[in-house]
Amino acid sequence: MALLSLQNATLRFGGIVALDDVSLAVEAGTIAGLIGPNGAGKTTAFNVITRLYRLESGDVVFDGRSILRTPPSRIIRAGIARTFQNVELFPTMTVLENVLVGAHTTSLFEREESVRRRALETIDFVGITHVAGRRAAGLPFGTLKRVELARALVSRPRLLLLDEPAGGLNHEEVEELAIFILRLRDDLKLTVLLVEHHMNLVMRVSDHVHVLNFGRTIASGVPAEVQRNPRVIEAYLGGELEASA
Amino acid sequence: MKRGLAGYVAVAACAVFFALLPFTLSDYHRGIAAQVALYLIAILGLNVLVGYTGQISIGHSAFMAIGGYTTALMSHYHHTNLVATLPLAFAITFVCGVLLGLPALRLSGVYLALATFALAVSVPQLPLKFSKFTGGSAGISANRIVGNTWLYEVAWSAAAVAFVFTWLLLRGRIGRAFRAVRDSEVAATSSGVTLAIYKTLAFGVSAALAGVAGSLFVLATNGFAQPNEFSVTLSLKILIGAAVAGLGSLWGVVIGAAFIALLPTISASAPLIGSTHGQDVVFGAFVILVMLLLPNGVAGLLLRLSRLRARA
Repeated sequence: MALLSLQNATLRFGGIVALDDVSLAVEAGTIAGLIGPNGAGKTTAFNVITRLYRLESGDVVFDGRSILRTPPSRIIRAGIARTFQNVELFPTMTVLENVLVGAHTTSLFEREESVRRRALETIDFVGITHVAGRRAAGLPFGTLKRVELARALVSRPRLLLLDEPAGGLNHEEVEELAIFILRLRDDLKLTVLLVEHHMNLVMRVSDHVHVLNFGRTIASGVPAEVQRNPRVIEAYLGGELEASA
Repeated sequence: MKRGLAGYVAVAACAVFFALLPFTLSDYHRGIAAQVALYLIAILGLNVLVGYTGQISIGHSAFMAIGGYTTALMSHYHHTNLVATLPLAFAITFVCGVLLGLPALRLSGVYLALATFALAVSVPQLPLKFSKFTGGSAGISANRIVGNTWLYEVAWSAAAVAFVFTWLLLRGRIGRAFRAVRDSEVAATSSGVTLAIYKTLAFGVSAALAGVAGSLFVLATNGFAQPNEFSVTLSLKILIGAAVAGLGSLWGVVIGAAFIALLPTISASAPLIGSTHGQDVVFGAFVILVMLLLPNGVAGLLLRLSRLRARA
């Protein structure tokens, strides 16, 4: 059964149709890729799922229930955590404190030492223990992306939304990230929805790929299928997908 | 961990210092020292709001007025024990703060500043409207006048309680949520922090501490509550004290409070310009100087010093 589904989701900004009757489903325990050229509506879809944007029509169903009436701050309680394309952290707080805020909803009756231990374990899991006591402001972009990832993971989500996690990473780091995302699915049993421009990464880790262009679904299927789809190739001007296949 | 220990030692040293201080002071100076304590409480409160959640207020004189009138009225009409009026002022101003915090959710920056300014201007008018009950512009007095030693002890005890309360509130989950709201509303929301709850909570706590400070303020002026004592200037004074202390940290509050409580008195006796008008000039000049030299207040200075020591 699909853990998350968008059903005929439509959203307009002024004259621009950001999402045009989009339907997509993410199966539990899988990694789904959401791709498309710039402005296709990928981040908009994330913002709709996390309730930062309000749909004009259509529905978002998580775990069998519509979440359109769930307030944005309750989304994480429902089990959906996310990262942001351009990083949304708490710059004046330390890395540990940033991650501790991520544990806000799961630490109400938990002792401070126990929450801290959990946060430090998560920081260790994403491999940034060496900067745990440093302020977030001024750390390299790649590190900040990992802080966000730890902040999302510490809330023990069921669905993780990753918005361009490979942004600013070099070739080896992308390779590490691919292994890491697969571990999220295989070891932590998480469901992952991934927005990414890095085609190699998406095609390698995704169980299913959904392609948007100008707010519309143009293809949906397993990576190999999507890569062969003429409409997808056209949207990407032919070159990029074949080159990376 | 080491920094935590240094904090405990510093707090303990301060407690001992302020417990023994009255024995070495004259009665007059004990009165002044009590004022430092009441400003300290007000600064703590404003710091919770401005420093920790990033909401501005220049309306805290209004909360001080509400707290002050609570003490005066309860004592005048019901002969309530003066010390018992402090928690009462805390509770009443907490509710007032939450009520103001709700509309303030829709405002930020300059607009919030103006809204709180309006509060500061309008609240002192209320006693004039209900002058039969409140004594109007002449004010109303508590049923007894307290001595400076009593005032010193009560004010500094209240300050100690307020400090520990604020510290406990800010050190864990709630304090982190406050700072998360200040740093990024989007990230705080998606981390499950409900902005409305924490912003109004901060307003409530902040107002409650201002209310207690207002009670002590009335007791320090011979138990007399008067509308024009609670002008917007008082708000600005506390804001300056909070900035001198350092926003977003608790370790400079004593210095911030001493700055606004003592500087006017000291500068009044300064050579050449020392007069009632001259003291404002000296105060203003000092404020500009401190802002230039200590952009993050005394707390920022302490942080820089501790980093220097850690490096050495």
